Amino acid sequence: MERVLMKGNEALAEGAILAGCRGFFGYPITPSSEIAEYMARKMPKIGGVFVQAESELAAINMVYGGASTGARVMTASSSPGLSLKQEGISFISEAELPCLIVNVSRGGPGLGGIQPAQSDYFQATRGGGHGDYHTIVLAPSGSQEMMDFAMEAFELADKYRIPVMIMAEGTLGNIMEPILMREPVTKFSEKPWATTGCRGRKPNIVNTLHLGNEELESRNHQLFNKYQIIKENEKRADAFLVEDAEIVVVAFGIMSRIVKKAVIEARKKGVKAGLVRPVTLWPFPDEHIRTAAKNARLFLSVEISMGQMIQDIQLALAGRVPVEFYGRIGFTPNPEEILQEIMRLAEREGL
Amino acid sequence: MDREQQVLFAGFGGQGVLSMGQFLTHIAMNAGKEVSWVPSYGAEMRGGTANCLVTISEEEISSPLTENPMAAVIMNRPSLDKFESRIKPNGTLVINSSMVDRVPERDDLNVLRMPVNQIAAEIGNLRGANMIILGAYLQKTGIVEVEEALEYLGVVFKGKSESIIEQNKAAFLAGVEYARNEW
Repeated sequence: MERVLMKGNEALAEGAILAGCRGFFGYPITPSSEIAEYMARKMPKIGGVFVQAESELAAINMVYGGASTGARVMTASSSPGLSLKQEGISFISEAELPCLIVNVSRGGPGLGGIQPAQSDYFQATRGGGHGDYHTIVLAPSGSQEMMDFAMEAFELADKYRIPVMIMAEGTLGNIMEPILMREPVTKFSEKPWATTGCRGRKPNIVNTLHLGNEELESRNHQLFNKYQIIKENEKRADAFLVEDAEIVVVAFGIMSRIVKKAVIEARKKGVKAGLVRPVTLWPFPDEHIRTAAKNARLFLSVEISMGQMIQDIQLALAGRVPVEFYGRIGFTPNPEEILQEIMRLAEREGL
Repeated sequence: MDREQQVLFAGFGGQGVLSMGQFLTHIAMNAGKEVSWVPSYGAEMRGGTANCLVTISEEEISSPLTENPMAAVIMNRPSLDKFESRIKPNGTLVINSSMVDRVPERDDLNVLRMPVNQIAAEIGNLRGANMIILGAYLQKTGIVEVEEALEYLGVVFKGKSESIIEQNKAAFLAGVEYARNEW
């Protein structure tokens, strides 16, 4: 099959279109803007809707409206833009509407910079807005996965009636890699809850206000029962050389590939290193972490942040194995410096 | 040839540095290799140096990033100052001598010099610098056969006018010829 060279942002946008997404609502921001640009070019040609909204708030509320009708819709932004969207994401989560939200993430806090970063991990995995809720969070690691995960995201979103977030560091938006083009999705699930016009049936109402005590509690229980099912079914991670690993490195997104190279080099130097790469950031693949801990003397979380995922690793290990951290922000750690860190820890631990 | 090669292209905005890397990436993918192209973006886009890193491999690419590429194509002086120390020991350094007024400090590198702007002026295609150097680089390294690359240029430039494609092919061949004679 023919391979096509595509930027990650374009691959993601094309993946969403292949998945049947026909509504894109966004506001441009580096390094995610190519997604909006791609959609602006493509949507009018395929009977879809592209709106450059007046603000991020408007864009996420257009997604709220579009998703209410049962259409496959999405928005994409970068870190400061995602902060602005949080109110809408909370509402969409409570209303249990499927949609795709993309964060091509950059460094913060505040306006921060435009360098790739993973420092929105807490925001992405803990809900992000107000109230008790989660979104499913997928972390691709290359252009092909930018396409594939966009398609997968819409399936998961429909299956569980939940917003799905793709969190991809800025590098993944800009990197060009060969893509195997996927077939368009043709089968879609029924959405009997959608507001599609109520002639001949009772009206469907999308509402997030629950003033009664019992009603509010029961809504939260309903949501959490759903989150429990998602936790049981959807935790995903890749493991590399963890069977006999004494140092297990954990990294997601583009970092997981950079770490993989460092792990390969560490093995050449006789250090038993391995890698766990969380594919879902929520639900966090804690069982994969525990499985990899079998022979581990030490875990190392490598992140483009000041250290956020490390907390989930520590929760998963519950004190059984110590967890170290290596991270940078403004720069992406390179394989050479990660190798150096692995060798430093191996020497310290006498491995 | 190593099973995996990482080449850095660096210069200032407008020299076609990013597209030079993209051409190589396209051509290598067409030749059946695994490839990735990572641009630098940020403050560097606004007047300073622009660069991109191309990885070409016989197998799946793990890290598309590196601190130490095995080769660098340097189009201006600030890029040499910034990247000379980062090239792998015994690596290759291609220098646009029209724009770089010093010699490299390291003595372990395989240095290939080329007056790219002068050649571009000679063939009457000032914007062809990136194709000239790409032609020379492929002729020297053999990452992809020159004939194969030349055929594929038509695909890369799909949608452009015939004369633009021909100009770029001519620039590419001028680079090939320079490398044949001088390197």
